[in-house]
Amino acid sequence: MSLGLAAEQVGYRIDGRGLLRQVSLSVAPGEVHAVLGRNGAGKSTLLRLLAGDIQPQDGGVTLNGRSLPVWTPRARARMRAVLPQTESLRFGFTVEQVVALGRYASPKHRPEAERRIVRAALQGAGVADLAGRRYPSLSGGERARVQFARVMAQIWEPLPDAVTDAGGGPRYLLLDEPTASLDLAHQHECLLQARRFAASGVGVLAVLHDPNLALRYADRVTVLELGRILGQGSTRELLTRELLERTYGVGIELVQTSSEALPLIVAHPRGPTD
Amino acid sequence: MVRKERLELSRLAALEPKSSASTNSATIASKPGHAASKENYNIAASRLRDPRPARHNARMTFALSGWLAPLRRPGPLCLLLALLALAAACAGLAAGPASISASQVLGSLGLGAAPDPGIAAVILQLRLPRVVLGLSVGAALAVSGAAMQGVFRNPLADPGLVGVSSGAALAAVAAIVLGSALGLESAGRWLLPLASFGGAACTTLLVSRLSQVDGSTQPAQMLLVGLAVNAVSGAGIGLLAHIASGPALRELTFWMYGSLGRVGWREIAVAAPLMVLALLLIPLQGRELNALLLGEAEAAHLGVDVEQLKRRLVLLVLVAVGGAVALTGIIGFVGLIVPQLIRLWAGPDHRLLLPASVLLGGALLTMADTAARTVAPPLELPVGVLTALIGGPFFIVLLLRLRGRSETW
Repeated sequence: MSLGLAAEQVGYRIDGRGLLRQVSLSVAPGEVHAVLGRNGAGKSTLLRLLAGDIQPQDGGVTLNGRSLPVWTPRARARMRAVLPQTESLRFGFTVEQVVALGRYASPKHRPEAERRIVRAALQGAGVADLAGRRYPSLSGGERARVQFARVMAQIWEPLPDAVTDAGGGPRYLLLDEPTASLDLAHQHECLLQARRFAASGVGVLAVLHDPNLALRYADRVTVLELGRILGQGSTRELLTRELLERTYGVGIELVQTSSEALPLIVAHPRGPTD
Repeated sequence: MVRKERLELSRLAALEPKSSASTNSATIASKPGHAASKENYNIAASRLRDPRPARHNARMTFALSGWLAPLRRPGPLCLLLALLALAAACAGLAAGPASISASQVLGSLGLGAAPDPGIAAVILQLRLPRVVLGLSVGAALAVSGAAMQGVFRNPLADPGLVGVSSGAALAAVAAIVLGSALGLESAGRWLLPLASFGGAACTTLLVSRLSQVDGSTQPAQMLLVGLAVNAVSGAGIGLLAHIASGPALRELTFWMYGSLGRVGWREIAVAAPLMVLALLLIPLQGRELNALLLGEAEAAHLGVDVEQLKRRLVLLVLVAVGGAVALTGIIGFVGLIVPQLIRLWAGPDHRLLLPASVLLGGALLTMADTAARTVAPPLELPVGVLTALIGGPFFIVLLLRLRGRSETW
């Protein structure tokens, strides 16, 4: 029995239009897996399939060895957390309360221990100073970071190794464009925190728009084009100029800077170079 | 319609003075209770007038953080509200056109020397059922409002505004007027509660279907659909009033402006138990409703079985509102005002909001009813008129506050 979060040959159609075709992807515990592709390539659909929001018409998704629909909603929630692209909370909870909402299905502790976890998650997302603020009064970027803290709090602690009906085994974090509304510094902060989370044994899947972030923070990457897999593999081997140009349909240059070993991916609007 | 209402009132008024005439100890005991209920009302009213505390909630929290802060915590706040409900009940028993002393009230309840049977009858057959109705119906409407606002993630959802109450009333009125023609008498006293429950169910289904845009209910859309449903139900009730004759017509006036004075113990015994069960079960869903405020997809990610939760809550709300309408007709705005007051005071946490709504809803409706029947004796305002008088302006203030803001408090 393999432990992981995996989609096997999934296909998903809406009104006869195929959004995903024969896509396989697995997130291993401890790795950061990025999903790249143009708008409408099927990145978010793939993430929603992995989250269990929608059911694939073909293929299936397994979570820690069992088919996703077999798990109870609570057991699923203990093993994986999901950060959606948009947030819509309009009621006046405090930031601390919002993060505590993440603990709905998590194993229960005494109030002080719960509060410690909430604080640690707030700290991890860099919003500890906002703890007492009312959520609706925050800026878009601040809200995004609070939501990030909430999903981390949900799966903050390791589960028992033995996989039982109540869940167990490795945990997974699914992030749908986590950096979309963040400034430059916080984009890196966010993915650094995702890396730290991965180092504690969590499998992280992140839908990203910026290939530079994928190059710096992801171990493996899946590139989608029109619902199919264009490429999949180790980030540094896969993200070549050719593949990136094909993916995004723009001219790409890999620029080596003096301060970093990794190249910078620069886009030119004039179209592919060849 | 006014004349019919007066007829009803004079029947009640005739009852009370008669029984009080048989006692020779006219006292002023009803005064204190009377004053207390008015005072409580002023507190609520002053809150309605000044919406600023919520806008600057952080500042207000700071300013009041001294001696009032503990009253934001669940335990102390619920205790305070329970005392308020108890006070409202006492005031409701003590106040009325007939002057009855506190000791006579207690005696009638079996807590002292038994008073004159006439007085005991006024207390036990006229005032006590009204107090019980006020507490339970107010609680049912308020907690239903809170639950609907949570389920639809819409602070303006209220059983009255979105048409559920009027749908239930239309079905109940139809049962009254057409019942004999359709040969439904066999259903007896179950007919009315069943009809109003059915009406509530149909309108809820209709409203929630029609107000969905891309799978989530839109606040504005929902209000517009509710507007249409209210208009159609009102027209239906008006139409039935034209067809109706004699005793049925007299009953109809109640359904337009709810009143706590229509039913006695017999009807309460039929419709109240299920309603009370529903209003006691709704507060158990606090954590789930909190998660739901994040969004349906987010709640599902957190491990909430969203579809099951929504079905369960909508069913409980239907039972509570259907029962309330069957007993009292349409009493609007309780489900809107009460949860908003508590959110204003203590935040949106449903683990506190739901039980506190039960207590405050019961207290406020009981006080409103006491005020409605003592404000200008022997005339008695239908309590639905009073709640609409207060609730309408409150609603407008709420709309103005929500205008152009991303926050829902």
